[in-house]
Amino acid sequence: MDDQRRSPRLERRKFLGYLIAAPTLAVAARIGIDAADPETASAAIPSPPEPADLLDLGDALSLAAAPTSGLIAMQLNRDSSVSFALPRAEVGQGITTTFAMLIADEMDLPLNKVHVTLADARPELIFNQLTGGSNSVRSMYHPVRAASAIARARLLATAAGQWGVPASGLTVHNGVISSKSGHSASYGSLAEAAASSRTEQATAQPKAESAFTIVGTPQNRVDAHDAVTGKKQFTMDLQVPNALPAMVCRPPTINGTVKSVQNLAQVKAMPGITDVAVISSGVAVRGRTITHCMDAVRALKVTWGGGSVDAESDATVLKKLKAATLPMAVPPVLTASIDAEFSFAFASNSALETNCAVADVRPGSAEIWAGLKSPITAQEQIAALLGLPVTAVKVHVMQGGGSFGRKLFADAALEAAEFSKKIGKPVKLMWHRTDDFRHGRAHPMSLSRVRVNYALGNVISYEQRHTSVTTDFGHGLGEILTAVAAKLPVGDIGFSQTVFELSQAMPYNFGVTTQLLNEVPLKFHTGSMRNVYSPNVVCARELVIDQLAGTMGQDPLAFRRSFFKDDRFRAVLDKVAEVGQWGRKMPAGMAQGIGFHSEYKSCSAVLVEIDCRPQTVNRKVRDGVTGPRITKAVMAVDAGLPINPRGLEAQMIGCINDGIGLALTESLHIDKGLPLEGSWDNFFYTRQWNTPPDTRIIVMPATGEPGGAGELGVSSSLAAVACAYGRATGKMPTSFPINHGTLSFEPLPRVPSIPDSPVDGLSYVS
Amino acid sequence: MPHHTFTLNGKQVSVDTEDNVRLLWVLRDLLGVTGPKYGCGLNVCKACTSHINGKAFNPCSVPVSDIKAGDEITTIEGLADDSGQLHPMQEAWLEHDVAQCGYCQPGQIMAAVAKVKAAKAEGRELTDADFDDIRNICRCGTYFRIREAIKSAEAKM
Repeated sequence: MDDQRRSPRLERRKFLGYLIAAPTLAVAARIGIDAADPETASAAIPSPPEPADLLDLGDALSLAAAPTSGLIAMQLNRDSSVSFALPRAEVGQGITTTFAMLIADEMDLPLNKVHVTLADARPELIFNQLTGGSNSVRSMYHPVRAASAIARARLLATAAGQWGVPASGLTVHNGVISSKSGHSASYGSLAEAAASSRTEQATAQPKAESAFTIVGTPQNRVDAHDAVTGKKQFTMDLQVPNALPAMVCRPPTINGTVKSVQNLAQVKAMPGITDVAVISSGVAVRGRTITHCMDAVRALKVTWGGGSVDAESDATVLKKLKAATLPMAVPPVLTASIDAEFSFAFASNSALETNCAVADVRPGSAEIWAGLKSPITAQEQIAALLGLPVTAVKVHVMQGGGSFGRKLFADAALEAAEFSKKIGKPVKLMWHRTDDFRHGRAHPMSLSRVRVNYALGNVISYEQRHTSVTTDFGHGLGEILTAVAAKLPVGDIGFSQTVFELSQAMPYNFGVTTQLLNEVPLKFHTGSMRNVYSPNVVCARELVIDQLAGTMGQDPLAFRRSFFKDDRFRAVLDKVAEVGQWGRKMPAGMAQGIGFHSEYKSCSAVLVEIDCRPQTVNRKVRDGVTGPRITKAVMAVDAGLPINPRGLEAQMIGCINDGIGLALTESLHIDKGLPLEGSWDNFFYTRQWNTPPDTRIIVMPATGEPGGAGELGVSSSLAAVACAYGRATGKMPTSFPINHGTLSFEPLPRVPSIPDSPVDGLSYVS
Repeated sequence: MPHHTFTLNGKQVSVDTEDNVRLLWVLRDLLGVTGPKYGCGLNVCKACTSHINGKAFNPCSVPVSDIKAGDEITTIEGLADDSGQLHPMQEAWLEHDVAQCGYCQPGQIMAAVAKVKAAKAEGRELTDADFDDIRNICRCGTYFRIREAIKSAEAKM
């Protein structure tokens, strides 16, 4: 089992790459696996029965990437710096830093000599420009190292040739090559001499992982200085000539349509407003400032047609999910059994940066700027919308102000392109926060049923039936999986089922195990949210495990340990138990809880302490929800090879806060076709008054190749909080978040679609 | 068109626009100062937090006509000193590698500076209750590092 979980060992094998014809040294390598050793060039597809244990979503994405011949390229500049345009999105997860570290280490360059930017949409990469599934490092670890190694070897050969000495005797320190006989040259001084006049194949052997000097050490983000000085540039910070601010007046229900606009001419004549036009999603306005646009949106008198889910509210959706749940296979009569059912409300993946894009559509061409994790799909969709060839649409990928799944879609870019085309002017289009919650993507409501049969200290069967409102994979993930679906051990099943099968590993030896997904196709705006199914599926599973342990008279931690399939799992659980002092005495109303999750060849365990005492639960915060407080969180994470432990730790801190929100406070209330939430004081993402003041992350030592990590810790955190809540209150929670049953705010009106900005800001000066 | 004059990051600026335009958009859309970010426009998320006469405020909820000629507005761009030396809070932010996506960070830092100043003016140190009182949203969830960085900076301010 343990061996099967690892990718094939590729270390110390020569990799193919390319020298590219360019004025200074340029090198490239193919994304995916392109080893020179033919016998290992194809990754083996393992056989059933447990797909996710053997081949997970990240493997599938990596395999899909292999045949599409996408090259990533980097160039050496005359100042000894290296430029690399990364075909992925940076949305806070730290991959620009990670790849800068890999290149710097392989080339023996200081980290600040590596400049990683985000590549424009490159259609020739096909499947290779999707940022998702915690797959970025996994798919590009080898190619980036290969290209760097080729560059280093070429530079050494060039210096050796000039000096008439063997390359093997040369050393490199901080981008300066030295010979034993006293020669010395910087990379930059050789940049032209090392350049190739034609594009040709090359091979190189990357460093042994044991020789890493930067990889594996904690490094700060490469963009940290820009972030703390306000220089980091996001889409709405761009100054594209004549791209004035734009906003959209949206319908009172999801996907409502414009029937007529009563006062279009009057609104267009408002001060500072230049354009008003009906677009697919509502009525768009363009003006001198966002205040002018907000005033115009609020002034519009629109007659709206019905939307796509007008009859749906939380209760009707839940009823449909219950009706659609697939039956269990094993009857509960054979042995003792536990049956449980859990529901999870809609939750918004709203990033702090709302949906936004700049579009400049001209006759015959278009240029778009936006934070996009699937820019090729965006480019194709925009080209189709505008009636232009794909090559006439230039898509620039901007740094994103968070994503959490949201930036897999190009909703704002499509609107901006449509509006710009309609009025013949560039626009900088931004969604209002209220629109972002009400009309933006959300993680759909789901229901998870679990049945466990057990006897004589053993678990005989574990069945889970997960039912969800359909998750939209229209960003291209489905496309990718189509390409590999035929190769998968799960056979010919749909995209959603494929994702489900590939992501839901069962880490416990629970006998006959079946986990099935069914979806209810309701037309909400949905999407992934820092993972697709795992947080909810795992939360349900871990709660049942706590029940099972209790019923069988065992400690929850000891129970998990004894059923784990892998020693790596035991190691992270043991670590949080030790650091978090599992089993320590707590006052009544307080408790510890543990949760575990493995995915992407990585795993994490979380131990939290929760305070459910009345004086804590009922503490007051103006316009905020308080409730139970997580007072302490300890996470141990095994990400295979932690390239930047400091960045990994940051991701895990974020995962803990996501898990806390999903368990306790954070949800959308659907009411007659629209979420009621319209502000951060309605949608209760974890705030400082909810966050654990004591947080500790333990990054486990390297156990293999890099696994995925960006989303890994949400599932284990959500599960740990839910389990702790159950233990503190003596009652297993079954509906999430636990405060969803109470509406803790006064909803904003549906018309006008956005609220006015307050004018009393100076009375809150502090 | 009404004329508005005030001091922005140490320099006098003036702008012609309607009285009700919120200061955030005067800064971002008319003056090109983009450090303060939009996260809600409702004085809730605090991503635009800046200083007025040394105290924290949210320009998304202040009409430009409320700003008097003598008012000094400081955004994240004006927090470092004239020589470019970062403020101790910015240094602490780097030391703890606080930022993830970075979008909320200008507002977080400006709020933190005002928080420490207010406590020092009262002659006391920040407590967990003070941290719990910070309303700025960080959707990446880097709250713990924010707390740690503020504690570091507090000792040096």
